[in-house]
Amino acid sequence: MELNELSIKLASFETEGVGFESFMIANPEQQDVLQVIVDGNDELPIFVTQTQEQLLCISYLFADEEVKAELKDELNETLLRLNVPIPLSAFAKVDNRYAIFGALSVNSSFDDITHELVTLADNAIEALDAVTPYLND
Amino acid sequence: MSILKKLFTAVRGGAREAGEAIVDANGIRIFEQEIADAKNALQKAKRSLTEVMAKEMQTSRKIKALEDSIAEHEGYAGQALEQGNEALALEIAEKIGDFETEKAEHEEVLNGFSQHIVTLKQQVKEAEKSIKENQRQLSMVKTTESVQQATMAVNSTLNTNSSSMTSAKASLERIRQRQQDRQDQLGAAKALEAETNGEDLKAKLAQAGIGGSNPKSEDILARIKAKQGN
Repeated sequence: MELNELSIKLASFETEGVGFESFMIANPEQQDVLQVIVDGNDELPIFVTQTQEQLLCISYLFADEEVKAELKDELNETLLRLNVPIPLSAFAKVDNRYAIFGALSVNSSFDDITHELVTLADNAIEALDAVTPYLND
Repeated sequence: MSILKKLFTAVRGGAREAGEAIVDANGIRIFEQEIADAKNALQKAKRSLTEVMAKEMQTSRKIKALEDSIAEHEGYAGQALEQGNEALALEIAEKIGDFETEKAEHEEVLNGFSQHIVTLKQQVKEAEKSIKENQRQLSMVKTTESVQQATMAVNSTLNTNSSSMTSAKASLERIRQRQQDRQDQLGAAKALEAETNGEDLKAKLAQAGIGGSNPKSEDILARIKAKQGN
């Protein structure tokens, strides 16, 4: 599914009790990125990128400098351990930011994609909640 | 070096400039060329394979036909000997000898074909493996590139959008607050609805035992019993 098409479909769709807002990030002649806001939580937008094989959904959680330096190793270890139990999503780092992401096949159905987006949005909030003790005040 | 190893080293180095390609465009082109070459090789190997397999079947058929002829002529030779016609039997034996020479030649050819098929099947397998492997690696490179480009786009968005630059903690608090507000609104709406429907008052009256309550089944049964008693 093209990102444009996904955006249009999302606009008039509601699932699992939540709605979506989305728009393409202006990025002329570069990789298309769709910014999706689930359930009005614009603090944790999900960025959707399409490659040849996958649809990557990434939500940025916090930056390196927000982590309490003395707890960083412990945090990394915890995130690695959480990767398996956390449903559909995995933790990652992009540049200096920690992120949570999900990868879907490009052949995924619209329902699969919306389910991924809703789950990722929930996971992002849950994850932030869980790692708060590791972050600076 | 495998692509994953290259990526690993590049990521560990960490000092990469934003947008600097991990594998240069030339590397990607070489990869794509390798995939195209492997696909060509696969195509060729498959075509040769079908040709050789067809020839193998033809040769097998010929050998079978020769074996039939040999058996047939051995029968003839036997009959000639029974008739005491030694000269004819010898002539037939010579013919059988020709058949056997021919059969041996075909068997040698068949052997060659069979070996060729094994080699070609191996080549097909290898080409398929190589294509899959290169495609997997190419996909890794391309995904890395896409994520890099996407990150640049996201960065410029985040930088122009000041609300997203606040700390994760502040974001979480705002989200939690919003969720709480929604809960409260929902609760308030429910309370209001109950009040306007008079359910609240009804519930209070029922609790106090005032007002028309639903007839209980025991009361109904008592009434029926009373009637029967009359």
